[in-house]
Amino acid sequence: MADQTTNPIAFVAEGTIPPSPPPANEVGVVKWMRENLFSGVGNTILTVISLILIYLVLKNTLPWILNGVWNANSLAECREILAGKTGACFAVLTERWPQLIYGFKYPTDAYWRPNLAFVLMLVAIAPVLFFDLPRKLLIITALYPFVAFWLIWGGTILVPLVALIGCVAAGFVFQKLGKNSFAAGFFGAIIAALVVWNLGGALIPEGASENAVLSPVPSRDLGGFMLNMMLGVTCVSLSVPLGIALALGRQSDMPLIKWVCVIFIEFIRGVPLITLLFVASVMLSYFFPPDSTVDLFLRVVIMITMFSAAYIAEVIRGGLAALPRGQYEAADSLGLDYPQAMRLIILPQALKISIPGIVNVAVGLFKDTTLVSVISMFDLVGMIRGPILASTEWQGIYWELFGFAALLFFVVCYGISQYSQWLERRLATDHR
Amino acid sequence: MSTMTDPPKADFRLSMLINDTRYRSLTFQVIAAIVIALSIWYLGNNLIQNLRAAGLNISYSFLGDPSGYDINQRLIEYDSQASHGRAAVVGILNTLLVAFLACITATLFGVIAGVLRLSNNWLISKLMAFYVEIFRNIPVLIWILIIFFIITASMPAPRAYLGEDAERGMTLGLFAFTNRGIYVPFPYFTGGFGGIANWLLVIAVLVASYFSTRVVNKNAQLKQEKTGIRPNTLLLNAAIWLVPLIVVLFLLGLSWDLPDPLANRFNLRGGLQIGAPLIALWFALSIYTGAFIAENVRAGIQAISKGQTEAAAALGLRQGRIMNLVILPQALRVIIPPLISQYLNITKNSSLAIAVGYADITATLGGITLNQTGRAIECVLLLMLFYLTASLLISMVMNIYNASVKLKER
Repeated sequence: MADQTTNPIAFVAEGTIPPSPPPANEVGVVKWMRENLFSGVGNTILTVISLILIYLVLKNTLPWILNGVWNANSLAECREILAGKTGACFAVLTERWPQLIYGFKYPTDAYWRPNLAFVLMLVAIAPVLFFDLPRKLLIITALYPFVAFWLIWGGTILVPLVALIGCVAAGFVFQKLGKNSFAAGFFGAIIAALVVWNLGGALIPEGASENAVLSPVPSRDLGGFMLNMMLGVTCVSLSVPLGIALALGRQSDMPLIKWVCVIFIEFIRGVPLITLLFVASVMLSYFFPPDSTVDLFLRVVIMITMFSAAYIAEVIRGGLAALPRGQYEAADSLGLDYPQAMRLIILPQALKISIPGIVNVAVGLFKDTTLVSVISMFDLVGMIRGPILASTEWQGIYWELFGFAALLFFVVCYGISQYSQWLERRLATDHR
Repeated sequence: MSTMTDPPKADFRLSMLINDTRYRSLTFQVIAAIVIALSIWYLGNNLIQNLRAAGLNISYSFLGDPSGYDINQRLIEYDSQASHGRAAVVGILNTLLVAFLACITATLFGVIAGVLRLSNNWLISKLMAFYVEIFRNIPVLIWILIIFFIITASMPAPRAYLGEDAERGMTLGLFAFTNRGIYVPFPYFTGGFGGIANWLLVIAVLVASYFSTRVVNKNAQLKQEKTGIRPNTLLLNAAIWLVPLIVVLFLLGLSWDLPDPLANRFNLRGGLQIGAPLIALWFALSIYTGAFIAENVRAGIQAISKGQTEAAAALGLRQGRIMNLVILPQALRVIIPPLISQYLNITKNSSLAIAVGYADITATLGGITLNQTGRAIECVLLLMLFYLTASLLISMVMNIYNASVKLKER
């Protein structure tokens, strides 16, 4: 045995054989493709079919996009430049850009106002969306509606100023009275705001808008994608508080309040938005005092807000129902009254659960703002279908325009849904 | 020994209305009732004053007046001499038609896309994710318009099919695809009892066949349970479905109304014309809602625990049978409630027909009738009433179905 070490036997390996590289079809791209694209007959067929489909789509669209003409004044000129080649005529977008974005009646020299309002909106909305930002920024958010109103509609600054003072007065009264009783604070705040608005309204001189710094723009001159954005942002921000109120009302012990909320919610959810817009355009004016003129924009905002509030109420009701009963009982046993329990215990948790649902409703609502084109408001779709496609220069150009509209909506809606997913991960406090 | 005494009975004070929980809810409800009554009175008063100022009244008699407009796409007899009420009925049937068709195809698209999105084929699952994201994030109105313009702008005019030496031959000699819609052969009966009775007879035969096959299958099941051998029922079932149907159709004298390129110099005649607006609306609604249904289906399938798949695989079931027999029946319970609300959405979104000129209830009653008669309040109220009823009916039917597939717990 001893000589084995000195005189090694031929068939015993001296060292370990280094691992040989895996076969070529078990590594890298090949392995990945075998596993993910060609793992069986069925999968291979599906893969091939989809590759052919993708090829066909790209073959037809790529030259169309790459050959696109960006500078021309009419479709005929576009075709001349293309000289028979396939190619898009994106010139319609560059030539009609202001119409697509601002509508065809907004004063040209005032385009900077909606632009500024848009930039400020990003600033104002940031602290709402991202909690890590300093809370002081919320002051900008609170001031934003008044500033934006003034920028977009122009006219005298006194109107938004009075509205702002009214809100500040309401807040002040609520702080004073709300300490003892929420109800007293709430009704006191409403009365304070109404008093200030009425007094202020009487103080604004007749014709103050005529020679204001910013020239006044009537609502019917708003249009284009700006109108979609305005309707979307306004209605979402108004319908969240209304939706919370409706959801709480539906959960209430008081039969009258409960049934009013149930009937309202179920009625609104049972009819299409179009019928509500018909109400706004042809019927609502019958319900206002005979000599008043409430403009179409406001009527549409009222109806869309009611519409989305009903949906948001159902989402929040789901959130409220998902809370364990113990949370309500714990709040009661701490001696909190109803407003305190709701504000401090129930709603923060219920709203957290409902955020994805609320965002879904918001995305749906933003898409639904295109329906106003049916009641002849010139939003983005309305502008395309109306003035642009009807013009002699651009008659018969569909893909470029609708593709552009689709792209704009896709970017915004996809962005919002990605934000919602991020927020969901961020707010997930359970450990899984 | 101490006795329990009632606390001294406090006198009723006015502040107790707000501060005492016994009275507070009553106070609030009284306040709410007053506010509601006041606002109804205010709105009603405004309405009456406005109507009086405009010289209008609320009356539904306009529904009996002749409408004076024509509708191309209709399921029942209608001409411009018919009443506004009949136009509304045509609209209602059209709404139901497009909603029904779109529900079926949307479910089809949605289930296919939802299942394929979970496929282990990377390319397919990415393609399906792309489909879902693209269609969910772009307004359905834009989709309806895009598809409508594709049809009207890229298809040839009916004229291309006309004459002896037409520019285009009809597909298979049966179908003509034009920018006004698709012309397809339409069956009609030369004999029988005439009119709708023939169709009812055919439907009755089909229903009878369905129940007969159920009996056959049940017997086969019983036999399988007793002996372990399942008799082959395929041929028998096929015979039960086909033989009576063919006999009935033959007896009734079925023949086909074909689109005829030679009948007329201006337009195709004959056959059934499926108008471009109907196709656009149908296709757009189904492909848009299909994307939402795909997400519901995916969520439903993912909600079934992986153990179910593994258990089924351990029993030796194949991939397709695992899906059909184990996963889908359980996933259905998760999928059906959101599916109901998608069907409701289709019904409500079908009101967008007005954008492409499909004569649904919104376009007839809420569009042309409203504009011609100026009866805004009556038209809009009727319109809302119809949609409310439709929504409530659909959710009732689907809730009954939902209850029948629910887990039976005893």
